[in-house]
Amino acid sequence: MTEPSGIEDLLRSCAPQVLGILVRRYGQFDQCEDAMQEALLAAFRQWPDEGVPEHPRSWLVAVAARRLTDQWRSDAARRRRESASVPEEDPPVIPAVDDTLTLFFLCCHPSLSPTTQAALTLRAVGGLTTAEIAAAFLVPEATMAQRISRAKARLRGEAFRLPPTADREARLAVVLRVLYLIFNEGYVVTAGDALHRADLTTEAIRLTRAVRELMPSDGEVAGLLALMLLTEARRPARLGADGELVPLASQDRLSWDGRLIEEGVALISATLPVAPLGPYQLQAAIAAVHAEAPSADETDWPQIVGLYTLLERFEPGPMVTLNRSVAVAQVQGPHAGLAVLESVRSELERHHRWHAVRAHLLELAGDVAEAREAYRQAARRTASLPERRYLTTRASRLS
Amino acid sequence: MKYLLLIHMNPTVFESLSEEEKNVVFAGHDAFQAELTESGELLGFVALADPASSTTVRVRGGAVDATDGPFVEAKEFLAGYYAVDCETPERAVELAAKIPDATFNAIEVRPVMAEAGLEM
Repeated sequence: MTEPSGIEDLLRSCAPQVLGILVRRYGQFDQCEDAMQEALLAAFRQWPDEGVPEHPRSWLVAVAARRLTDQWRSDAARRRRESASVPEEDPPVIPAVDDTLTLFFLCCHPSLSPTTQAALTLRAVGGLTTAEIAAAFLVPEATMAQRISRAKARLRGEAFRLPPTADREARLAVVLRVLYLIFNEGYVVTAGDALHRADLTTEAIRLTRAVRELMPSDGEVAGLLALMLLTEARRPARLGADGELVPLASQDRLSWDGRLIEEGVALISATLPVAPLGPYQLQAAIAAVHAEAPSADETDWPQIVGLYTLLERFEPGPMVTLNRSVAVAQVQGPHAGLAVLESVRSELERHHRWHAVRAHLLELAGDVAEAREAYRQAARRTASLPERRYLTTRASRLS
Repeated sequence: MKYLLLIHMNPTVFESLSEEEKNVVFAGHDAFQAELTESGELLGFVALADPASSTTVRVRGGAVDATDGPFVEAKEFLAGYYAVDCETPERAVELAAKIPDATFNAIEVRPVMAEAGLEM
């Protein structure tokens, strides 16, 4: 009798390789993906009682292949086609190539929208069920099923091979953005039925580790993984006893996960000197500086200002400037931070975070009345219940 | 991002439409629902009865007071909504513009609050 959770982990790690074998052999990504899901389901039902087979991947490939050939036989019978057109069943051979990376690129195809890319990646590469993905994104299962089947229909004509070398960097950037989107979707959640939600941060880290194994020398892949590990380390501390948001400066650093921090810091420290610099590495470096500070006051703020300045060069945008204004305020005082903030007023005035940061800096500057008003403005503009609660509390504290 | 597309209805305006025009509106809703379902953006929709059938409830000093009629007496009222989950605010506006009522009344696009938030 094997533990179901152990079986679940094993099945999820087998999923992309099994799917790769099927698609390589039969083509038809969409039908192969359905067959793989059915094989995973069959294994999940049978293995706990019957034990895990000696070659789990071969078992899954064989079951999925049988599903496919049954499907095609009945299709063929329905269309009164010759059964000769049905592919011969042969004993599954595990090829030496790992098609996982090809699958990542296919699921993150530029013709799909980002949330669809994320859903398809979780299902085809991650081996999650549609129900789990729907629960994680808080949409009805029928809605998610429709998105996934539409996405697969759209990919029907796509060749199953790695993108040409010239496109690979741009396509990898899309894959990394999707993994980061999955991670964030899991990280910001503060409520919900944990039992019925796939843990998206864990999934995102697992999938990013898989990409890193396939591309061990890529600095941005390493940077993204380090960023996720260092962010995940703070997860237990970001919510208070009543489920309220706790800002970084007030978090109990003893409850940060030391093991994750150690791994994240080691990874980014080893990557920065040898790889071409990029935005994920810079964000990981910023997270590492925070993680290594014994307290908020002892943070190396000048280094964080420098890192944000570099990040603005790689990915210019008002949100990066907004983050830099907080660090500038710590180094040069709140008025210097407010001046940086003014430079992005027109772009971000409708956004609650601009008002929230402004409120924070006004409070540091001792301008209580203005700060209270800015907190209220921020609270009115956010679409997040926990953030609204936090901002309203800050405003009432200043009354 | 999740949004409610709120259909604000002026019954006088709607009544002024011909039978044919009304049928175009109903058919438009059917087509809109089919399109949203197909695109995987539909979370749900609700059509509301006329406010003439509303009851407004107040609790004052522990006593429940239920009176017939709407809370606000106005020319326009909420006739229904579509709940959608789409990629961008621009897409939510694009969807609102496809609702047939947008041509003679108005659709309000309101973000839905989420149980999620960043460290502030």
